[in-house]
Amino acid sequence: MSNTLEIKNLNVSIGDKQILKDFSLTVPKGEVHAIMGPNGTGKSTLAKAMAGHPEYEVTSGEVIIDGENIMEMEADERSRAGLFLAFQYPMEIPGVTIANFIRAALNARLPDDEELNAPDYYKELYAKMDLLKIDRKFTARAVNDGFSGGEKKRCEILQMAMLNPKYAVLDETDSGLDIDALKVVAEGVNSMRGPNLGALVITHYQRLLDYIVPDVVHVMYDGRIVKSGDKNLALELESKGYEWVKELAGEAAAS
Amino acid sequence: MSESSDAINPIKEAFNRHIEDLDTAPAWWKTSKTEAFENFASLPLPTRRTETWRFANIKGLELDDVKFAALPSISDAASLVDRSNFIETYAGRFVFGDDQTLKADRLSPELAAKGVIWAPLREAVSKHGEILKDYFMKQEADLGSAKFAALHQAFLENGALLYVPKGVEIEDPFVVYNWSINAGSAIFPHTLVITEDFAKVRLVEANLSATEDAAAFSCGVNHIFAGVGSTVDYTLLQNFNEQTLGFQINSNIAGKDSNVKTISVNVGCKRYRSETHGQIKGSGSQVNMLSLAVADHDQEIDQRTLQTHSAPHTYSNLLFKNALVDDARTIFSGLIKVDPGAQQTDAYQTNRNLLLSGTAEANSLPGLEIDANDVKCSHGATTSQIEDDEIFYMLARGIPREKAQELIVYGFFEEILEQISCDTVAENARQIIQAKFKKRLRK
Repeated sequence: MSNTLEIKNLNVSIGDKQILKDFSLTVPKGEVHAIMGPNGTGKSTLAKAMAGHPEYEVTSGEVIIDGENIMEMEADERSRAGLFLAFQYPMEIPGVTIANFIRAALNARLPDDEELNAPDYYKELYAKMDLLKIDRKFTARAVNDGFSGGEKKRCEILQMAMLNPKYAVLDETDSGLDIDALKVVAEGVNSMRGPNLGALVITHYQRLLDYIVPDVVHVMYDGRIVKSGDKNLALELESKGYEWVKELAGEAAAS
Repeated sequence: MSESSDAINPIKEAFNRHIEDLDTAPAWWKTSKTEAFENFASLPLPTRRTETWRFANIKGLELDDVKFAALPSISDAASLVDRSNFIETYAGRFVFGDDQTLKADRLSPELAAKGVIWAPLREAVSKHGEILKDYFMKQEADLGSAKFAALHQAFLENGALLYVPKGVEIEDPFVVYNWSINAGSAIFPHTLVITEDFAKVRLVEANLSATEDAAAFSCGVNHIFAGVGSTVDYTLLQNFNEQTLGFQINSNIAGKDSNVKTISVNVGCKRYRSETHGQIKGSGSQVNMLSLAVADHDQEIDQRTLQTHSAPHTYSNLLFKNALVDDARTIFSGLIKVDPGAQQTDAYQTNRNLLLSGTAEANSLPGLEIDANDVKCSHGATTSQIEDDEIFYMLARGIPREKAQELIVYGFFEEILEQISCDTVAENARQIIQAKFKKRLRK
């Protein structure tokens, strides 16, 4: 199916331990889906396995972007195919400036004989930095090197804004953010919402979803989705707590 | 040495010719060269057991393949001068090709009037003999290459003398290009920097090959004498072709309250040996010794350093970073030596090696020898590979693996490169490093 991100029966292990169990989910372009669930339930494994992290072994299943299965691709090809992962813990790359890093990522999307137009690039970069309230001086700083938690997450969203993915997976982008930083990040994500982007927002806390209001909320437990609903499901989950998830998982297994 | 062995010793023959060719040079100059040659001839070659050559390849140091011939003719001088373009605005520029002066850009009349001296050594020998007698080759090569320093002095044809009188501060850098041109040729680049009290100066030296395939020999020396309260900023870009055997024997003496910074960017040579001695002699002085090397194929980059603190309240900081690809080898052997009287010394020594292949080899021998009891000293050496998670992060942005590695290496070197005070020199250094990686991709 075109214009969707389809995750089909994905099974993923780390070492001997199976983490994702026949995980399936479809995110149509234009929608924002949230995945909530307790720690250790496989949320981050889903994000990293989709992005192609070598430590996560995909034993079966597909991730299909607009009709194209990306699971046979290298991580960099998946990114260029239109998948973006906002990292829970973005890496520090000493000595590589944000400007050069994003430029390298954009150049990798151009044909071999083409280079980015520098003035246009900086114009766009600055506009998006302004939107995310990132000081323009940050372009000359090394990627995430010495950044605060909030700066790292804003930098992730900046990269997302510059790379224009078809589908974005935001892995606990809210973790470690105070409410002001959270609002800025959410505003950045909301500004990219539209018919050309599908997003999967992974979070442990309902709080983020007050600012990035999802179209669909999925509850995940033990490697699979146990309940889906609208945004009110997140509120229900918040009030009933994760113990409720275990009950749901029991029901799902019994059905 | 007996007459009969002279007859079969081509280096001796070459030296005799060299002295004959110096017919108009002053007698003291010829005498000092003759003594240097005798010194060279009598000093032993390093052996496997020589501590200062530990881990180094000592084959070929007899220099049998080197032609210590009379100066060859240079046909493409104009193009080499054109390529000597790392800095647009300089206070003075010399372009040497196989030790001959291809272009000498002199001082402005204003600087000359202030007493600044900027002269090719060949000229300085007759015009500035008194300075040379006091300063030329007056710092010992005490890190293992005394024999080759003597060879340098014996055969040296040219070089640059930079003398800055008291209180003269010069913003624009001086620059020396040493081109190695002919196959088999030997060059002896020399730069000598002397600053009087509170003077300030920058010197950039670029050691380059005219072609990629002419195997040659270079044996260079840089000496800095930083006077009281003066500031000397020295940058060396070494990008000889990968057929060249290179030696670089550098030493500086930091006077009271002076500030000396030396940066080396080492990219070329098949085998390269650098020795760097910071002699921190004046109280209150600060010395920074920085270096980077990028080695691939079967390159060997051998670095020996010494930070000698002989006065109280002194500071030195050394940072040598190496990135290794393929079967390349690097050696870093460094010592911080604090003399008994040098209390309140701050001295740091760091060697970081980044391995980009499983077969590259980085040897690290850091050391401390402290005879004072009130000092802050540390040394550290790390050898690591690029972290998988760093690569994954870049892959996840669509950057291909090779490019990601490249960016990480460039980033690794930025800590050094960003300290090069001339922006265009830093930019040229970046381009030289990047060209080395691009060349790998083409193959």
